[in-house]
Amino acid sequence: MIDSRHTISVLVNNQPGVLQRVAGLFGRRGYNIDSITVGASEEAGLSRMIIVTSGDDATMEQIEKQLYKLIDVIKVIDLSSNPNVEREVALIKVTAEPSARPEILGVVETFRASVVDIGPSALIVQAVGSADKIDAIVELLRPYGIRELSRTGVTAMIRSLK
Amino acid sequence: MSIPSPANVLKEELKTKLLKPDVVSGSEILLRCLLLEGVECVFGYPGGAVLYIYDAMHGNADFHHLLTRHEQGAIHAADGYARSTGKVGVCIATSGPGATNLVTGIATAYMDSIPLVVITGNVVSPLIGTDAFQEVDITGITMPVTKHSYLVRSVEELPRVIHEAFHIAGTGRKGPVLIDIPKDISAKRAEFRPVHEVSIRGYNPTTDPNKLQVDKMIRAIREAEQPVIIAGGGVVSADASAELIEFVEKTRIPVATTLLGLGGFPSGHELWMGMPGNHGTYTANMAIQNADLLISIGARFDDRVTMELKGFAPKAKKIVHIDIDPAEIGKNVKPDIPVVGHVKNVLAYANTKATAAPDSAWLERIEQMKRDYPLRYKDSETELKPQFVIEMINETTKGEAIITTDVGQHQMWVAQYYKFRRPRSIVTSGGLGTMGFGFPSAIGAQMGNPDKLVVSINGDGGIQMCSQELAVCAINDIPVKIVVINNQVLGMVRQWQEIIYDQRYSHIDLSGSPDFVKLAEAYGVKGLRATNKEEARRVWQEALDTPGPVLIDFRVCKHENVYPMVTQGNTIDKMLMGDEE
Repeated sequence: MIDSRHTISVLVNNQPGVLQRVAGLFGRRGYNIDSITVGASEEAGLSRMIIVTSGDDATMEQIEKQLYKLIDVIKVIDLSSNPNVEREVALIKVTAEPSARPEILGVVETFRASVVDIGPSALIVQAVGSADKIDAIVELLRPYGIRELSRTGVTAMIRSLK
Repeated sequence: MSIPSPANVLKEELKTKLLKPDVVSGSEILLRCLLLEGVECVFGYPGGAVLYIYDAMHGNADFHHLLTRHEQGAIHAADGYARSTGKVGVCIATSGPGATNLVTGIATAYMDSIPLVVITGNVVSPLIGTDAFQEVDITGITMPVTKHSYLVRSVEELPRVIHEAFHIAGTGRKGPVLIDIPKDISAKRAEFRPVHEVSIRGYNPTTDPNKLQVDKMIRAIREAEQPVIIAGGGVVSADASAELIEFVEKTRIPVATTLLGLGGFPSGHELWMGMPGNHGTYTANMAIQNADLLISIGARFDDRVTMELKGFAPKAKKIVHIDIDPAEIGKNVKPDIPVVGHVKNVLAYANTKATAAPDSAWLERIEQMKRDYPLRYKDSETELKPQFVIEMINETTKGEAIITTDVGQHQMWVAQYYKFRRPRSIVTSGGLGTMGFGFPSAIGAQMGNPDKLVVSINGDGGIQMCSQELAVCAINDIPVKIVVINNQVLGMVRQWQEIIYDQRYSHIDLSGSPDFVKLAEAYGVKGLRATNKEEARRVWQEALDTPGPVLIDFRVCKHENVYPMVTQGNTIDKMLMGDEE
């Protein structure tokens, strides 16, 4: 069986300790977490976690079943089995002496990213997109000197069907 | 004997009193809620963070609490109560060390799916998170070993939390639920508003099976030539013993019962093959390895049953797995026919359609194996053999006693040589293998079954892990018969070191342990000793004839091993039979 990347949406009660329950489950059963994001959902009192993990089919089945055993878990959906939209935000503080700025701005423009802060010798670039797109812009900016990188992790949802 | 009478059905008078909407403390709310849940006896130990709760017990004639000598004793007692009665066991401890002393007991219950409600005090809410005196994050510590847990944040939510805890602990795949109550909440006063409904959005266990799946199983049985059933703790937990017997008698499929499944199907039934696995019977293991259809009923293909998973049941064309917990299905063994549901409901439906499996040659072969390879040991007229002691206990109690065990060789000999006839008559830590469980769990079992004979069988290692509870037996005249299979050694470890570690015996010598007869007497419990068969028969009869608690120190030979034995890495047909010496 081949491991593949999966993005799972987990709707949970917004209770103290719920993140610990979910993260602890992944940790003790040896499931991988590439990224995890938590925030409000469409319903008051419920939060949505988006977890990017990887595993073979049997592991993914166990992850879903084990998640459902947590009382605070309401709904688990493997988004990867559906057409979906995935987005991640990255803030990238890149060294940018005035002479290098035009080149950097070229990269920013190509990726439809934006500059959200300008300092004497650095810029903060905000990039939004799939994890792959963020990877790509980070690689292109790396030669200029990345001083700080902060990524939110992936959030995602299934596309509306016509 | 001062065991309170079961208050299963609450007297109307008491119920009316409990339901009154008085303004009372959180502690009083807790006690009322527990009584309204039908709790007969709580096992516990007081301390700073539960002072208000213990204060509410003072002078409360309706509420029965048994003071143990260690929190671990309290939770194992609650566990023994739960296993032997089928009801939810309850224990209470204080914050910090009181709470952490429960952790082994919580894990023990979790691994065997035993319903417990575990109540801990915590420091006052404003001090939580400040490393206050006797503060620990017990909900955090126990998260991996509880079915669910609550940190109570207001006195108003107490009735709902308690009602939910009992519901979660006692339904679906059962398990321990922890309620952590900060001291200010047990003190705070509020109007008592009992909760009778339960609605938990994220908790809705599937109890009724998909009938099409059960029909598939019925068809598979018709086509099978060599079918085998493995019946596990799920049969006992679901009170499905009667349904299983009916199913087996209709289908004529031979049954192996796992350690936790013992008694779920009567030992000695013509279609019973004994326990499978690590120390399973030859017949059970060989039947599984030759089965073309394997039906697991409330058993989870634990590694002590399957041993080497590659090569387990290699001839099975179809595997059926019936379990209340969907996550167990496909976890270790991928079944061809998964059935999620309450075992009782699954079998009740299956019984409407079940017909006999076709081949009687298979049953003849099973019978032949039972005749050719029975459990056996070399008896001795000079030494007392541990297996002889278990057989003697079995014969004198006719397989009708409630037996609790500790963990190790004696546990396996009990599983092999005690012929359990009824469900809930074996109380043993299967999943976690908790030493120290055997004796305190018997106290709980006796509290839940005041009219039954409860025998606690321990090794000389395990009895020393909770022997302080002898005081509880003596003071409350709890008439448990405490058996010590005393071989002066950590026997199961010795066995592994002999067979697998080239007789490099490392730290297993228990000689120099206390004189157990004197130890019992120090607590005010009668102590007896036997060193040969004749003494064994005599003192055991004396113990049975003694109305109160008795400890019997059976001095057995040191070098006895448990056979059959399958060592790690081998499939269950590769059994050491003990003839190799």
